[in-house]
Amino acid sequence: MKKSNLWLGVFGALTILLAVAQAKVLINAAGATFPYPIYGKWFEEFAKIDPDAQINYQSIGSGGGIRQFSEGTVDFGASDMPMTDEQIGKFKNKPLHFPTVLGGIVPTYNIPAVTQELKFTPEALAGIYLGKIKKWNDPELQRANPGVKLPDNDIVVVHRSDGSGTSFVFTDYLSKISPEWKSKVGASTSVSWPVGLGSKGNEGVSGVVKQTPNSIGYVELIYALQNKMAYGFLRNAAGMYLKADLDSVTEAAASAAQTMPADFRVSITNAPGKKAYPISTFTWLLIPSKIDDPAKKKAIVAFLHWMTTDGQKDAASLGYAPLPKEVAAKEEKQIALIK
Amino acid sequence: MATSAPTSAPPRTGARALVLRLRSGDELARLITLAFASSILLVTVGLVYQLWATSALPRHKFGFGFLTSSLWNPVSGQFGALPFIYGTVITSVIALLIAVPLGVGAAIFLSELAPPRISGTFTFFIELLAAVPSVIYGLLAIFTLVPLMRDYVEPFLKKTLGDLPIFAGPVFGFGYLTAGVILAIMTLPFIISISREALLEVPTEQREAALALGATRWESTWQAVVPYARLGIFGSIFLALARALGETMAVTMVIGNDPSIHASLFAPGYTIAAVIANEFSEATGDLYLQSLVELGLVLFLLTIVINAMARLLIIATTRRGSAQS
Repeated sequence: MKKSNLWLGVFGALTILLAVAQAKVLINAAGATFPYPIYGKWFEEFAKIDPDAQINYQSIGSGGGIRQFSEGTVDFGASDMPMTDEQIGKFKNKPLHFPTVLGGIVPTYNIPAVTQELKFTPEALAGIYLGKIKKWNDPELQRANPGVKLPDNDIVVVHRSDGSGTSFVFTDYLSKISPEWKSKVGASTSVSWPVGLGSKGNEGVSGVVKQTPNSIGYVELIYALQNKMAYGFLRNAAGMYLKADLDSVTEAAASAAQTMPADFRVSITNAPGKKAYPISTFTWLLIPSKIDDPAKKKAIVAFLHWMTTDGQKDAASLGYAPLPKEVAAKEEKQIALIK
Repeated sequence: MATSAPTSAPPRTGARALVLRLRSGDELARLITLAFASSILLVTVGLVYQLWATSALPRHKFGFGFLTSSLWNPVSGQFGALPFIYGTVITSVIALLIAVPLGVGAAIFLSELAPPRISGTFTFFIELLAAVPSVIYGLLAIFTLVPLMRDYVEPFLKKTLGDLPIFAGPVFGFGYLTAGVILAIMTLPFIISISREALLEVPTEQREAALALGATRWESTWQAVVPYARLGIFGSIFLALARALGETMAVTMVIGNDPSIHASLFAPGYTIAAVIANEFSEATGDLYLQSLVELGLVLFLLTIVINAMARLLIIATTRRGSAQS
């Protein structure tokens, strides 16, 4: 008798376990590392709202995210750059892009002789990274910074050595403001840099800049804010000098919203608004337009609704610029396209 | 059929003999360990096959040009391995030039000349150093070695030997030389530890014989003990070389990551392992990704070629050694 009771107990426990496992929808996603902190928080919070959905996110990089998404090994992907037409062409059902939050990229520098905050024109930034502006007291830099005594030292240029969405946005910006950059170098996650030292990750670039007198590099705004790094002003398309913050990054998306294509695949660098910070970018979730599993579809659609509304409130506290209202409203409409 | 040859015993006997041998344990142990050993071969073959198969695209597109081109441009889709091969070889050579004399010298001191207590303490620390993860060495390099090289070592070399093209040009602190120095520091514990073991293996009679012939202590060490331990010392150097060729994190943190070839050792460069680690996760497009895989294949071949050359060197020196004795 005792023995059969035990078996009954084991059987019962197994049935319950199985039932729990079946009820929970397990969704796998992979992609960009830049939004990982907020995605982690979102997926955790969403699991509380919808206890049946569990989203696992691997931050393996945008390139890896697009690749895994294309191969169908994950339910959805995430990327710091929109997919190209060629990449989309490989899909039977066209994938949808959903912007989630925004980021900015700032020029950071280390000139021991200068204590004031520097201003950069787009031409100066392109000139430095093309290797044409070689010294800090170059007329182009001096003109933008009257009253600052710039030293006669060589500029040590620092860039990312690892392929990254950050480099993509930065080179995309330089391609827009400098025809020479566009023809000679172009925009990509890794490019053939005309000058400079490469270093791995935001922490690598900022480490080298801190360690090397008279150097300049570029890092994500979040990274600069969290580490209280000094960074420069940049002149935007409207001719205003801006120091990047969350508002000016959101403003870049808002000012580009009118001309935004319906599929959200858009670069918002060099945006036209007066208060728009010029090196800003969306980061996207890549969602299949057809999801066969109804439970998964329900969970993903619910998450997208929540993300564009309540989820946005988490953005600022983690250092991300939230979506402008116009864009969030447009995304709501796109959710209906998921079949 | 061969089995029905008249001289052979009936097959049943053969099977029974096999069972008997298996039961005795020896044969079983032989088969199991053979399986373990052949797994090494299997892994190697699998690795090469995978590297070969996944790099088909750039192999067909660039052919041997991949090895001789120094252009690496992901935007235009042109990929060449030469700057990375150059960087890998040159940093490893710098590392060995520094680490071999230091390491072998230290090993001689520890095994032959130092009092046992000092030797024991030093050996403990050396083995500790060998176990430090390479990213720690990389951090050490960024925060202490790079400023040191930039402010003192490289300006000094430039002032004294600046006429040589390898010590000319602007000084950043990041570049081939710094990468070579950090590799030397990282490989030193291997060379010391293994060379010391090899020197300790030398029989006491060898030393006593040299001393009895009237050699001083140093003469006995240098002329009788070190040549005897030659194979072990070479072994330590090859192990160090293997580590230097494949080292990734510490190198990428200080080499400057610039895919071009510079004559100056102060200039930034790149190694094969570093570029794979840097660019693999964000490589967009098949050609780009497969070019990185082909770089892995190149590194594999480079290691084989260098190891083969090392073997030849051993054979040559051993022959000469035995001819002399």
